[in-house]
Amino acid sequence: MSTGEKYLWAAYLVLFGAVLLYVVLISLKVGRLERELTTLAELAREREGRGG
Amino acid sequence: MSTSLRNNGAALLSLSAAALLVAGLSLAIFWAPEDADQGISQKIFYIHVPVALTAYAAFFWAAWKAFRLLWKGGDRYDLESYTAVHMGVIFGVLTLVTGSIWAKVSWGQWWVWSERQLTLFLILFLFYSAYFMLRYSTDPGPRRARASAVYALFGVVLIPVSFLAIRLAEGLIHPVVFKRDGPAMEGSMFLTFCVCFAGMLALGGALYLVELSGKRADASLRALRERLA
Repeated sequence: MSTGEKYLWAAYLVLFGAVLLYVVLISLKVGRLERELTTLAELAREREGRGG
Repeated sequence: MSTSLRNNGAALLSLSAAALLVAGLSLAIFWAPEDADQGISQKIFYIHVPVALTAYAAFFWAAWKAFRLLWKGGDRYDLESYTAVHMGVIFGVLTLVTGSIWAKVSWGQWWVWSERQLTLFLILFLFYSAYFMLRYSTDPGPRRARASAVYALFGVVLIPVSFLAIRLAEGLIHPVVFKRDGPAMEGSMFLTFCVCFAGMLALGGALYLVELSGKRADASLRALRERLA
């Protein structure tokens, strides 16, 4: 593989890596939102149970 | 835009981005001819320039939403402008990284300070990076929304300066590809560039809509948490 090819693949990998990193970060965020939603739903159910 | 329409839009844009980028990069690697001067490393052009133009598009979109906020008011424009700046900065980082890789292989250096095009893009990038400092140093509310909108509008002035700098300056080593009499490249290269650019714009749009949905869900949950506390 020539030097030019190495740099070309490095640039393409940077783009691919960035998209992959973004997907990982978004999946972590969705997981956090899901956990928070579950906590709030439980809190709302408890309030309903107490008649509040 | 309704939630379902936005989600469908994000799915459609994601599929378009995947199809166009796979097609564009395949064309770049297997079909587009190698540049006579730079050889195979010139093919970095097919991602570097579309990424840079997508960053500019995101900053323009942020300014447009900021203008709508100042003109009409409304929380939604603040979040939309903020998300667009967020996307612009991500694409800005990618522009700087891919540009540095290309500079290293073409010029033998990662960065050339004498190049006005590079320096102006760096200034634009740092200006929009400072947007987050402004935003997080002020309490949420209409005052922060207006200050952020004014900042986003000021930043957009730097885009034409950055874009035109290369045409106004002399003795540059950064190549000028798009001239007044059309693109200075073969038809197959230009077609490949157009496919890659369309793919990158679709990717930017999809990421913008996904990020916007996430930020809206976050804001709704925060409001719900405050009501239930």
